[in-house]
Amino acid sequence: MLNLTANTFKHGVHPPENKEETNGLPIRQFPFAPLIILPMQQHIGAPSQIIVREGQEVARGQLLAKANGYMSVPMHSPVSGKVRKIANVPVISGQMAQGIYLEPFPFSSQEVIEGNPIPLSASPEEILQGIQDAGIVGLGGAAFPTHVKLKIPEGKTCEHLIINGIECEPYLTTDHRVMLEQADDIFMGIRYLLKVTGAKGVIIGIEANKQDAADHLSGRIPKDLPVKVQVVPVKYPQGAEKMLITSLLGKEVPSGGLPIEVNAVVVNVATTAEIGRLLPHGQGIQERVVTITGPAIRKKGNYLIPIGTPLRYVLEQVGASENISEVYMGGPMMGVSASNLDISIVKGTSGIVVFGDNDIKKTEKIYPCIKCGACVDACPIFLNPSKLGILAKFEAYETMAEDFNLMDCFECGSCSFVCPSNIPLVQYFRLSKGIVRKRKAALQT
Amino acid sequence: MLSKTLHISSSPHINKGVSTDMIMRNVVYALLPVVLFAVYAFGINALLVITTAVIASVLTEHALCRWSKQESTVSDWSAVITGLLLGLTLPPIFPLWMTFLGGVLAIALGKFVFGGLGYNAFNPALVGRAILQAAFPVAITTWHPSFLEDRFVSISKSVLAFPFAEPFVDGISGATPLSAFKFDKVTTDSADLALGLISGSIGETSSWIIALGGIYLIYRKMMDWRIPVTILVTVFVLSGILFLIDNQLYPSPLFMLFSGGLMLGAVFMATDMVGSPITPLGVLVYGVFIGILVVVIRIWGGLPEGVMYAILLGNALTPQIDSLIRPKVYGTKKIKV
Ligand code: SF4
Ligand code: SF4
Repeated sequence: MLNLTANTFKHGVHPPENKEETNGLPIRQFPFAPLIILPMQQHIGAPSQIIVREGQEVARGQLLAKANGYMSVPMHSPVSGKVRKIANVPVISGQMAQGIYLEPFPFSSQEVIEGNPIPLSASPEEILQGIQDAGIVGLGGAAFPTHVKLKIPEGKTCEHLIINGIECEPYLTTDHRVMLEQADDIFMGIRYLLKVTGAKGVIIGIEANKQDAADHLSGRIPKDLPVKVQVVPVKYPQGAEKMLITSLLGKEVPSGGLPIEVNAVVVNVATTAEIGRLLPHGQGIQERVVTITGPAIRKKGNYLIPIGTPLRYVLEQVGASENISEVYMGGPMMGVSASNLDISIVKGTSGIVVFGDNDIKKTEKIYPCIKCGACVDACPIFLNPSKLGILAKFEAYETMAEDFNLMDCFECGSCSFVCPSNIPLVQYFRLSKGIVRKRKAALQT
Repeated sequence: MLSKTLHISSSPHINKGVSTDMIMRNVVYALLPVVLFAVYAFGINALLVITTAVIASVLTEHALCRWSKQESTVSDWSAVITGLLLGLTLPPIFPLWMTFLGGVLAIALGKFVFGGLGYNAFNPALVGRAILQAAFPVAITTWHPSFLEDRFVSISKSVLAFPFAEPFVDGISGATPLSAFKFDKVTTDSADLALGLISGSIGETSSWIIALGGIYLIYRKMMDWRIPVTILVTVFVLSGILFLIDNQLYPSPLFMLFSGGLMLGAVFMATDMVGSPITPLGVLVYGVFIGILVVVIRIWGGLPEGVMYAILLGNALTPQIDSLIRPKVYGTKKIKV
């Protein structure tokens, strides 16, 4: 179908951006915390398998845990120090999961040990292996193993490599800073990605509120690379893969399908930079850029933080006020509330947004659905959240899935954002999807 | 050392900041000029009727919530709207006891039995008004001239009539512009109609003030502009065609637009979010349907005014429209029905 609103997708919302306080602040190195806590599952898939012992001394960049199968990634030491304990560590859900406690050596350097470099002349398979070996996952927040995503299925071809520099979540400026400060890494990453995907062209998608980043990258495109920077209007959730593909290519990804169905692969820009930075040295991920912001933070900024740095330490360093009340890991639209401050920064942490007791986040009173249609006009997938919400109340999960496309909901939160009745639609849909999935699995066994 | 317990919530953690009670409150604001003009035109009688309708609606809502052991929903302002709209659809000298009864029934049968706000299939005010029409056919068609000299000092005996007493007839039965046209082929000047210088039910008189209220709500994005626009355009076009065919037999399209309860209905009643379709295309179908019905009832039906029934039928059709008209879901091929 002809896309009349070319250059962007249909529907969506415009939450206040709140990016101006950090988008001009250069990335700064964060100090090592006195104790690093590393959960073994920081990605989608099987947890990494620990290969060090308690008491062992490790160097920054050394392998601590190996990938447990294809759908898994290894974990590298973010610091030089000593393995204190191998035990359960707190994770964001409030539960405990297997992990490592590391004690950095005092005054340990930022130096990272080198591994086996993966040259650009390596085969696609070797590069994919190198990406897995580097422990790379989607840094935009999803934490899906990148090598799995980049594997083009038999019989499919990739034409368009899309580099996602949209960063549509309010408050976050991580990708913005990466684009301004790590252009060389990004283009090096693109070289590797072109090799593994076989794509013919590259589009870097950037929203209009980051024109400076778009100009910066446009001016630095290497002559031999088929790269185009495309600026699109600001709209949430444009950073979602499907929406971005629609904005840039004018095509819809089939329901339940992956971008490769429309011959595209989408990779986050920070992930791309990390590939370009790590592979030539055969190193693994030890740190990532995190935007720390929100009304309750004094020293807002974009920080390069070692993976495993405890949240409490982070917040103390950036001068969080005493009366913090809510901490979101990720942005305010799709981020997850931290249940406690003992969890740590993981590979998927793109931002930390902190609100205090007195910062109004939303009006709380829930009214019945008044069928105002605001959610219908907001949903980028063209679902009927009002109807789905009512069905969820009646626990009609099958009807939701079969007649109202529940499983196409990707929990972007646009519907809840606009709902005047404050109905926790996304929460309903998340639970309902879980139940539908469980029932399906039960039927299959 | 930070050691607080954190508050956890489900994403998204921010919202647009428009709440349902805010929308309802703004509808009340938009209705206030209409009420003021009505009081200016009809005096103390109109004020009494409107006040009574609002009090009856709010009290009933509160009492029913208490009775069913729920938190009172009066603070969402929707009962106030129902009361105001009901009051505005009644004749200016409608007996207060009947008005009160109408308010009670509007909330009880138009809203509460369906499950309260959001579940009411029909516009509660119109349900109340329809019941009154059936129960008191004479009183509800007893009109009263506007801008009478003594309108701010004297209260009509009819207004204060005791329940079930013979109504005092000090109004004029059946002399609104619409019925005058329908039964006697007398037309009223459209400009007078638009400015409200004619008689009719309390709030049906000044189309421009009603339209202004609508424009305010549309500007605040609290009303779907498509609904009043499609209804009015449909009525205008359809009656325009008829007028062109025979300008003796059929009224002029301007007369159709500005007479009776069309403006009040199109702007404030058909737009009730609960009873109107949820998709933009559905809303179009709904508006055209109501517009056609208004013209058909007014011209060929047995009644001079058809807006009320047209909207109630539109409400009745809404669930069908919503289940038939569904946008194509992203990434799917065909539309499910
Ligand atoms: S959360 Fe789901 S239903 Fe709500 S707007 Fe996003 S995709 Fe649509
Ligand atoms: S936005 Fe909320 S109140 Fe409006 S239709 Fe959707 S669910 Fe209902």
